[in-house]
Order: sequence, then C-alpha cells, then structure tokens
Amino acid sequence: MFDFNSYHKAKSVDEAIALLSQNPEAIPLAGGTDVLVRLHGHNKNYRHLVDIHDVAELKKVTMESDGTIVIGSGMTFTGLAHSPVVCENIPVLNEGGSSIGGPQVRNVATVGGNICNGAPSGDSASPLLVLNATVELKGPDGIRRLPLYDFYQGPGQVDRKAGEIMTCLRVAADDYRGWSAHYYKYAMRGAMDIATIGCGAACKVVDGKIAGLRLGFVVAGPTPLRCWRTEEKTIGMQADEELIDIVKNSVLGDLRPRDSWRAAKDFREQIIKTLAERVLREAIKRNIRNTEME
Amino acid sequence: MVVGTSVQRVDGVAKVTGKARYTDDFTMPGMRVAKYLRSTIAHGRVSSIDTSQAKALPGVDGVFTFEDVPKRIYATAGHPYSLDPHHMDITDRYLLTDHVRYMGDEIAIVVAVSDLIATKALSLIDVEYEPYQPLVEAKDALAKDAVEIHKGTGNVVKAHSFVAGGDLDAVRKECDQLLEGQYKTQIVQHCHLENHTAYAYMDDLERIVIVSSTQIPHIARRIVAEALEIDTGLIRVIKPTIGGGFGNKQDVILEPMVAFLTKKLDGIPVRLKLDREEGMVGTRVRHPFDVKVQIGLDQEGTVKLIHFDALSNTGAYASHGHSIVSAGAAKTHYMYPRAVYSCTAKTIYSNIPAAGAMRAYGSPQMTFAIECAMEEAARTLGMDSAEFRLRNGARAGDKSQITKKPIMTCGLLDSIKKGKDLIGWDKKRALWPKEQTGEVRNGLGVAIFSYGSGTYPVCVEPASARLILNQDGSAHLQVGATEIGQGSDTAFAQMAAESLGFSFSKIHVVSCQDTDVTPFDTGSYASRQTYVTGQAVMRTAEQLKAKILHHASIISGLEATLITISGDNIVISESPEIVVMSVQDVAIDAYYNKERGGQITAEATYKARNNPHVFGCTFVDLSVDIPLCRVKINEIYNIHDSGIIINPLMAEGQVHGGMAMGIGAALFEELMVDPDSGKIYNNNLLDYKVPTIMDIPDLGAAFVEPNEPTHPYGSKSLGEPPIISPAPAIRNAILDATGVAINELPMSPKTIFKYFKNAGLI
Ligand SMILES: Cc1cc2nc3c(=O)[nH]c(=O)nc-3n(C[C@H](O)[C@H](O)[C@H](O)COP(=O)(O)OP(=O)(O)OC[C@H]3O[C@@H](n4cnc5c(N)ncnc54)[C@H](O)[C@@H]3O)c2cc1C
Repeated sequence: MFDFNSYHKAKSVDEAIALLSQNPEAIPLAGGTDVLVRLHGHNKNYRHLVDIHDVAELKKVTMESDGTIVIGSGMTFTGLAHSPVVCENIPVLNEGGSSIGGPQVRNVATVGGNICNGAPSGDSASPLLVLNATVELKGPDGIRRLPLYDFYQGPGQVDRKAGEIMTCLRVAADDYRGWSAHYYKYAMRGAMDIATIGCGAACKVVDGKIAGLRLGFVVAGPTPLRCWRTEEKTIGMQADEELIDIVKNSVLGDLRPRDSWRAAKDFREQIIKTLAERVLREAIKRNIRNTEME
Repeated sequence: MVVGTSVQRVDGVAKVTGKARYTDDFTMPGMRVAKYLRSTIAHGRVSSIDTSQAKALPGVDGVFTFEDVPKRIYATAGHPYSLDPHHMDITDRYLLTDHVRYMGDEIAIVVAVSDLIATKALSLIDVEYEPYQPLVEAKDALAKDAVEIHKGTGNVVKAHSFVAGGDLDAVRKECDQLLEGQYKTQIVQHCHLENHTAYAYMDDLERIVIVSSTQIPHIARRIVAEALEIDTGLIRVIKPTIGGGFGNKQDVILEPMVAFLTKKLDGIPVRLKLDREEGMVGTRVRHPFDVKVQIGLDQEGTVKLIHFDALSNTGAYASHGHSIVSAGAAKTHYMYPRAVYSCTAKTIYSNIPAAGAMRAYGSPQMTFAIECAMEEAARTLGMDSAEFRLRNGARAGDKSQITKKPIMTCGLLDSIKKGKDLIGWDKKRALWPKEQTGEVRNGLGVAIFSYGSGTYPVCVEPASARLILNQDGSAHLQVGATEIGQGSDTAFAQMAAESLGFSFSKIHVVSCQDTDVTPFDTGSYASRQTYVTGQAVMRTAEQLKAKILHHASIISGLEATLITISGDNIVISESPEIVVMSVQDVAIDAYYNKERGGQITAEATYKARNNPHVFGCTFVDLSVDIPLCRVKINEIYNIHDSGIIINPLMAEGQVHGGMAMGIGAALFEELMVDPDSGKIYNNNLLDYKVPTIMDIPDLGAAFVEPNEPTHPYGSKSLGEPPIISPAPAIRNAILDATGVAINELPMSPKTIFKYFKNAGLI
C-alpha cells in the first residue's frame, strides 16, 4: 500500500505543466519504475504525483528534415527497441536500453524517467552522452534546451526547474552520421541489475585516423561522465593498438569511481580500464566495417 | 507402470493457471494486519519504549511489546520432539525481546486495520536503547570480555569433536603427506518466492486456528503450544499451497506470534506477513562456515585421514545452530568412508541474523571445504582429479566409520564415470594446452557429494498416510508430509497408484495439511519424504487394496487370494485379462448395499529405521575472463545416485533447481554485513544477487539407479543434494583454468579480483 496524497493524470504536456505549477510538491510519474520503488519505501518526497504516462505527444521518435533525431521522453525501452529510426541510426541507445532490468521493466520504463531520475547508473545515459544528446524541457516559461552532460548536476540531481517536463532528447545528424558506437554494461548479473560500471564509446575513423572519439561512463562518478581529456588526446591519432593503450591508461584521470560496499574502488578501476579498451576496440571495428560497407 | 514414468505433476495445472491457493490468497472479514517493530541497533537493551502515540492512532487495535508477551522461552527449530533430554532444541527466544541481538530483532508489534496504518503506528513508537558493542565475527564473540548474547553460553552454542574409524595420531604417522587448507563460506539466504506469511483466528473461546506457509505443520503446532503454554489439541495448523521454503520454513517463525495476537484480540483474524526486505534478515539464513581441513595421504594417493576444524556462526539465536555442523559432518563423511574421519567444531552466537536450516543443512559448507582440499591433494600428487576421486570415493559395501553400518547401494563411482563421459573429460584434457595464456582461459572441475535420506538415527522418522475409496473408484490420499514445490504429492500418488493397481488419475492427493485431520508426519526437510513417507503410502495402499479385494470377494464369491487389482479393475491374478468387475463397482456396493460393506479406508503409520546415503558429483567446463574477473560456465552436469527414480522429469527439474541454487551460492550470492554495526547492507533482491535466467547456463542432469533394498520402490533422497557439489566443482575448474585457488565463497567478480590481484594475474 502506498502512502500518497494527491494524484492527477495529465492528458497533455501543457496540462502536466499546469498541474505541476499548481503544486510545488508534485513530481511527474512516467513509467513509475523508479517512483514506485520510492513509494514502496514510504519516501515522503513522492506523495504528490502528476501522471504523464499516457501523454501521447511524449511517446514518439521522429527525424527532422536536417536529420536530427527527436526521442520523446515517454518512449519506453521496449518502444525504442522497436523504433526503426533508433535501430537504423543510433543502435547504441538500444544496447543501453535493452540492458535495463528485464522485459517487464522495459515495457514501462521510459528514457525520460531514466534520465530525469538522475541516477549515476542510468543505462541510457552513457549511450546518450556519446551521442552528444541535447535535453529539451518545457515549463511555465517555455522551452529550453541544454546538453545532456550539463543536465546532470549530482547524484539524483538534474537541472529540472519547477513545473518543467522533459519533452524529448535530441541527437543531431553530425553526432551520429559517420559515427559508430558501442555500450557495454558490466553488472553482477546478466539481467535485473544496476551496472557496476557501464561504458559507452563512439568514434569516427577517417583514413585510419580518429576524427572523433567519445567515451561515456556510468557508475564511475557521481553522475554519468564523459572522458573529455582522454577524448581530446586521441584526435588525429592512428586507430590502432597504441591508441587503445593510451585510452586505457588515461580514462581513470577523467573519472571518479567510488569505494562502496557494492564494489571497491580498485575493482571498479580494473573494470573501467578493461571496458575502455574492449568497448572502444569494438566501436572502432564497427566504424571501419560500416565505412567499408558504404 | 506408474512409478518410473514422467507423469504430470498433480499440482502442475493449478499452479501454472493461478488456481492454486497460497496463504495470502485467503482472507476473512475483519482481518487485521500485524507488523513488527524491529530494532535499529544490532546489540543492546531497550531502555525505554513508549507506545502511547501508536496506540492512540485511529485504526490501531493493539500494540504489544516485550513486556506483554509470555515470560516463556522456547525453541524454534523445526525438529521432531526428542525424548532424550540431551537432544532437545535450544530454547533461547521470547515472542518479543528487550535484549536486542541483531539489527532487526523483534521488540514490539502493532495490529491495525490496514498495512499503511500499521506502518504509521510503527513510526510513532519511541524507543531508546542502551547499545552494546556489536559482536559480528567469531573473534569478537569469543573475545574474553565479550558481552554474552545469551546468558551462560560464553557465546558458544555448541562445541563438539569426534574421531571415527581409528586413532588420529596413529594414522597421521602412517601418512606420507599431510595437506592443509582453510575455506570460508558466506551467508546466503533461501529467497523462496513466497515470503513468510501466516494468519490466525479463533473459532471458539479456546481453539486457535493458524494458516501458515510452513514445511512442518505438525511440528509448528507443538511449538506454538510450547511457546504459549496451550494444549496441543487446542491448536490447529493449516498448510495451503506453498511457494517454496528450502528449509527457511522448517522453523517456527510467525506462527506463535499470530496465535498470541488473535488470542489477545479476542479471536479476530490477524495476518502477519513479512516483506522481502524484512524476511531476508528476520527469518533465517545459511550458517557461514570457516573450516580448516587436513588431509592425510599415502604415496599411492589413498586418502587415509580427513580432519577438519569448523567454526559455524549461528547469529543471534540458535535455531538449528546446534545441529548444523554435526549433520554436515556426518553426511559428508560418506564421500570418503575408508579414511579416518575426525572433526572438531564450534558453533557461536553473534549479532547477525539467525541462521537456521537451509537446503542440505551444513553439507554444502563442509563439502566445499573437503572437495577444495581434495583437489589440492590430487594436484599435489599429480593425479587426475577425477581419477583421484574414483580411487578414494565410496563403494557399495564400505562401512560407515560413524554408524559401522555398511553402505548398501552406492553409485558414486558410476556417477563419476558418467560425468567424465558427459563432459568429455579425457578428450578435453588431451586436447587443451597444458599451459594457458591469454585473457580468457578454460578449466574443467569436478566435486563429489554424499547425503542422507532423512535424519535417522539422530531423530525419529515418522510418517502416516490415509486412503479413502470414493464412489467412483478413485481414492483420496492424505498424508502428513508437505508438498512445498518439490513434487512429493505427485510421487506419493504414483506410489499409491502403483501399489493399488489404479491408474494415476484415480489418485487424488489432498495437498493441504490440517493438523486437525491429517495423519501425523513431521514434514518436509532432510530430503525425507519420498523415502520415508513413501513407505507409509505403500503400506496404506496395500491395506486398502486388501480391503477392496476382500469386498470384491464378498460380492463375487471368488476367494480374495485369486483376485487382484489391475487397470482400475478387479481381475483374476493368474489371468489379468479376465475382468471380474471394476473397482468402481466394488466401491458403489461397499457404500450403498444395505446389507454389507461400509466406507473402505485405510491408514498406516510407519517409522523409518534406515537412512540410505545418496551420492553423486558435478562436472563443469568453464571459461574465466581474467581482466573482467568473470566466470562463464560452458557446460555443467550433476550426476546423482538417488536409487530408482520415481518420476524422471520431476527428478531432472529438482536437479536443475538445486544446481541453479548451487551456482548462485558459488558465483553470486552473499548477504553482506557491516562488521562494525552489524547492519545488513543488501537485504533486497536488487543488491542480493540471486542469479537470473540469463546467468544460469544449460544444466545437465543424469542418474545412475541402483535399487535401494530398504525402500519398496528402490528410491533414495533427491530433494536437497543437487545444491551440494556445484560450488566446489566450479572452484576447482577456476583453479584448473587459472592456477588460482579461490578459497572463499562467493566467487563473485569482487572476490576473484582480490585473488587474481594477489596472484599477479591482473
Ligand atoms: C526491477 C527494476 C530494474 C531496473 N533496472 C534498471 C537498469 O538495469 N538500468 C537502469 O538504468 N535503470 C533500471 N531501473 C530503474 C528504472 O527502471 C529506470 O530508471 C527507468 O528508465 C525510469 O523510467 P520511468 O518511466 O519508470 O520513470 P519514473 O519512475 O516514472 O520517474 C523517474 C523520475 O523521473 C522523473 N520523470 C519521469 N519522466 C519525466 C519527464 N518526462 N519529465 C520530467 N521528469 C520526469 C520522475 O519525476 C522521477 O523523479 C530498474 C528499475 C526496476 C524497478
């Protein structure tokens, strides 16, 4: 039995914004797979809910004329796995999404919820970070956009202002065309688990040289992180074993893995280094294969 | 033939269609909800408790604390009563306590009209504690100045030692080599699907009815009577369908409390249902062991001596703690019965959740230690690991060093040979490189086990059954034994049908136990039911058959000795194709003929005075990804000697379940305790890593089937054994792959990381 005080079901984004604005304590409820867990624990911050679960405008993926992919925040991970736009252009999002929970969870859990929940472990975060995704929010004062990286502010904290709803995530054509990516979730179990470390890599290899490289990790710091310094170092380098070595030995400098009872810091570091190497190698392999095919 | 065939489970359809009714599916008008107030410290005393605000909350029927419960100490272990005063279970619990012994100890309880109000009421109770230093590990609990968790115990539940089969010092001198090792097993939890739940009500001024998810309804009835000082006959325990127990419901956990509450509240129905997080600390766990093993060998590679020194941690309350190590030691002794077998053991109290019975009862821990040590022995001698076990393992005709009785049937060596074939042992050994390099390396491993079929001669082994012939020629079978998912009801129906000459569909098993009406049986534990209760079923069936034939002879005028039952008909024994009449004809006549007959029923009770041992092994082929510290099982087989298999498909399912649970304990699961505070970090199914379907490889099960002479159908136990040998086999395969001996469980990536780092592999 849940201990909540108010519940309203919104039919549109604007109605949701209005409902949220009327009650500063209210929070959005999408798939509820994070919210209900908190309600189960009688968490007092989740007593007023605005249900956006059935808001149709949030539940679609489209491609704009300039190639920008617009992912509605209400898309479930099962929905994303069946979206041709996602499968054909940014399959790495589904590598992350399909690692979430189990089939039942993915049938209701949304990508917007995964990001807005602000967990350092969100499995869609790392793919979206290496796709350079932009977050779009709509609130009483209108629409604003910001890079996903900046949306994360701390563990469980995101830059969502009062009354705001995340409407979509946007990936620009330049951020996926010509790129290849890979995400690998390292967890203690093959399903129904939070990542111990999650690693995403995207790269663009031109004439054997790195034209672009992005690395995104989850559970390697207080928020999902990019490896800015390592990424910068690699630009223009030959895509070979030496590059992999450099990346492997440099990523820890960009990350802040924690010691906890769940996993010790030195263990996480071992996994980070191994994943950086293996995931990047796979992304490069895919890019070279894709380019050859074109 | 019905026995030996894979007939469909009697409860299969009801379970998969959701028709089977579990304890929580029953409700009654006016039923109340009870919730425990659990301590927030691991060790100390409640110095004050104020429940006035909780009591004042609308919707609260009552709040009871340690001050309100009977000043009566009782034991919770689900053993049969013992006539031997030295063999009684340990009484160390009150219904509620002010002496807090683990984080989560039960100090008060609220009864309210709803779950939410009960939860709110709990938050309104003010408790102050006088905290003591939490004693989490053995070194803390056994320190000179340690506070006694239970007065007068020195924090030792039991210490014992024995030597069987010879003089320890003398054999030591005869040995060419003495090897030593130390092995640790972790705390694991049963994680049965259905949490603990029970409710109680009164149907007159004295009688208390308890409906509970229990493996042991008859024992629960006695323990409730003891805890509340009520006559046994006034207590009625009903067991509906159960969603698993694995030993955690071989303990009396909620029943005395619900009985107490309904009695206090004038008989209104009260339900007490633990959620997962609560159940993982507030019921029972498996005892963690720390075992030093010494193996003595001669030059030929014969094991001359096995000595171990075991420390078992029972946590806050004894539960089964006084018997786990000795049971584990006695049952594993049959693996290598020709060696001198010696044990010193100590079980301690500490401020962690209470450990109790769990599938295979001490044997997985002991077997892990012994089979790791045996692997070291084989490797030190340069012998093939399987060959070493073939040389030293039990054979039929060997005598137990402990009971001095011969082992009548033993398929151990055949199961090892079968396992070698299934996994391709010799072929892979020849093909695989001797020295492996690279990030991913392959390994082969083996481990063996032995186990019992019940608890005799340590405990009494009673079983009873009743058969009632129905008007349609079918029969209802009632047993005191409990179906808890293992399939015993189906096995009983098969045995009854076989003995009666009925078709399987003509036996209706009453799956619900009700101590007011079901015949006496101590319940489901120790892998006893098919072996022990099966014999009561067979005897009852023979009686019923004789009565049916007697009445058929009255009707037909044929001598009863000339006729028998086959295919639901009365037939001529010598010419079974000649049908005299149907069993249904006999039944109708017996029920309704005005001049003769009566209801045809039979009942038999039986005490087993044998305990045949079962044997088997696990073979595994796995790969270790060294940089990721991760094990992948490529192939795994369990081979079992459980005598003649009653139902091959169900037996295979039982083995698969046990293997999966064994793999969980080997590679994934551990309940983690903060050594400073005694807090359990991961009492939920997210952080406690029960493996998922993605983590369990294809499982192979095979059987060797010697015919056990002490059972009418040649059967021996199979319930618990499949869990025993996967962990050491996996450990031995990791050693084979990497050269690194991992001597603690679980061999999760975190543990493997530590060992690989020490070994310089990463
Ligand atoms: C069994 C189980 C397994 C899980 N496994 C994983 C896993 O493997 N990996 C993983 O990353 N996560 C996992 N999760 C967590 C969870 O499923 C995901 O984070 C999921 O994506 C959350 O989406 P939701 O729609 O259910 O969010 P909700 O629970 O509805 O919301 C989550 C948070 O986001 C806010 N929110 C939701 N939508 C919006 C919006 N459009 N605008 C603004 N705020 C919004 C809510 O207010 C809330 O704070 C698991 C959860 C469960 C129960």
